[in-house]
Amino acid sequence: MSTTPLHGASFGDRVYRGTTAAFVLSIPALLVLLGIEVAVAAWPALSAFGFGFLTSSEWNAVDGRFGAAPAIYGTVVSSLLALVIATPLALGVAIFLSEFAPRWLRQPVAFLVDLLAAIPSVVYGLWGIFVLVPLLRERVMPFLADRLRLGGTPFFSGPAYGPSMLAAGLILAIMVLPYISSVTREVLLAVPRSQREAALALGATRWEMIRGAVLPYARSGIMGGIILGLGRALGETMAVTMVIGNRHDISASLFAPGYTMASLIANEFSEATNDLHLSALMAVGAVLLALTLVVNMLARWLVWRVERRGRS
Amino acid sequence: MRDPAPRRSLRARRVTSGAMIGLTVVAAVFATLPLLFILGLLLERGATSLNWAFFTAMPRPVGESGGGMANAMVGTLMLLGIASAIGLPVGIGAGLYLAEHRGQRLASVVRFLSDVLNGLPSIVIGIFAWQFLVRPVRHFSALAGGIALAVMMVPLVTRATEEMIRTVPDALREAALALGYPRWRTSLTIVLRTALPGIVTAALVAVARIAGETAPLLFTAFGNQFWSASLAQPISALPLQIFSYAISPYDDWHAQAWAGALVLLALVFLISLVAKFATRSRFGGGHD
Repeated sequence: MSTTPLHGASFGDRVYRGTTAAFVLSIPALLVLLGIEVAVAAWPALSAFGFGFLTSSEWNAVDGRFGAAPAIYGTVVSSLLALVIATPLALGVAIFLSEFAPRWLRQPVAFLVDLLAAIPSVVYGLWGIFVLVPLLRERVMPFLADRLRLGGTPFFSGPAYGPSMLAAGLILAIMVLPYISSVTREVLLAVPRSQREAALALGATRWEMIRGAVLPYARSGIMGGIILGLGRALGETMAVTMVIGNRHDISASLFAPGYTMASLIANEFSEATNDLHLSALMAVGAVLLALTLVVNMLARWLVWRVERRGRS
Repeated sequence: MRDPAPRRSLRARRVTSGAMIGLTVVAAVFATLPLLFILGLLLERGATSLNWAFFTAMPRPVGESGGGMANAMVGTLMLLGIASAIGLPVGIGAGLYLAEHRGQRLASVVRFLSDVLNGLPSIVIGIFAWQFLVRPVRHFSALAGGIALAVMMVPLVTRATEEMIRTVPDALREAALALGYPRWRTSLTIVLRTALPGIVTAALVAVARIAGETAPLLFTAFGNQFWSASLAQPISALPLQIFSYAISPYDDWHAQAWAGALVLLALVFLISLVAKFATRSRFGGGHD
């Protein structure tokens, strides 16, 4: 490839190649540096508490005892709650947009749903504090507990403060919905026409075509989209910090305040009282980093599998 | 595939089909409602507390109503400037490399890693930037905040640049090489130039994405109630100011937070809109 028509050109080419190669290598270098910095900062806490850091629910800065179990629990529960709410809606929108919507409606609706992803997290948090949380406290929580008589079950028991796991799950659901729906829409559009035509030719109704011929074909791509949404939800910080109530407690009730790993860091980092406290927060960051890495890799792999099949 | 016609009457199957299609319509309505609610409320509450002073005045202490977020707006622009100055060259350069070395193992590894970087929680990037840039010098700074945002920008710009450069026909590149252009000039003056509108769009989309980020700034730029344009000092930013006002107990500050949110969202939408037009002028209608 190194045909050099002019004498000076080869020098220029080498500079160009070297510069772009340096930029490209900066990406792996950045990731390695990030991993090392976070691991080094987390080490004092991880070595002091060992595996117990993940299982203990004690968080006491004065006595210097730290356990991340409530934050890990809160992260997982709020994210799963968000997926349970957002997934059916996101799939519905994506199916509507790719299969049923009249042509003139597709662009505007897709645009509106994508706009959800453009709203900054802190603006969702603001809305959460002043609209969602009061609404939950005054209407939704009393309705669920008293009207529907769910107050006796452990999931909807306890006083209705407002800031709660439920609030976090709902706001996360709104935030991850556009990610799941846009991946799903793309995957559905990649399903070959012949797949649909074959189903219709066999006498399937339009829904039977979706269920029998389109969704199975797109299944692993849709799973990828959902897991990508999960990755977003796990790491989401500001909006959750503003509505989850920030309390170190594991409670089965969705009405109870909780903590997530991200909100714990956001809330306590600048007020960390001593080095061990700071290191414990870094260790929480390291756990969050590891969790999102695994989840994101899984999602990429699933989406990649469908795209590769679509191409061949 | 599953048997499309189980033993049910055609009428029952048609009803099921219609009902399910109806449900997808309901889903579409429910998915767009929160957006309309949020935008509506933001306009209503934001507009009532928005005035000229909001853009020109400094924050007032508790108890005095009025004041503005002039310092936070300048801070946000400065942070975006620092992030772009670092993130754009690195992202575009890396994108060029990826597009020109498509088949290489290194390219596919980096492509994957940049997706990984893109998926990292912003708070993790925040604590990394703190550990790496703030802790050693023992004070928060605008520069650390800008670098944290740049880290978020690089994967976005890299992947988008690569996509855009791939749309440049090989014939164009080959023609330039055949005319005796060295590779570096071909890349920079022919290929990059052709893909430029798309890259400008990608850059603006990336800026819009990071403009509202709060978490990476919490422990780097930190926020500042006073005027500062120094790279070495803590600096305020719109998202930080909205956050600290929103969680405060004062009504005056809540009103300011709504106004700030409206301005921030307007900024994000404005950048996105410019981004759309930058592509449209060349390619005749973008597809996103």
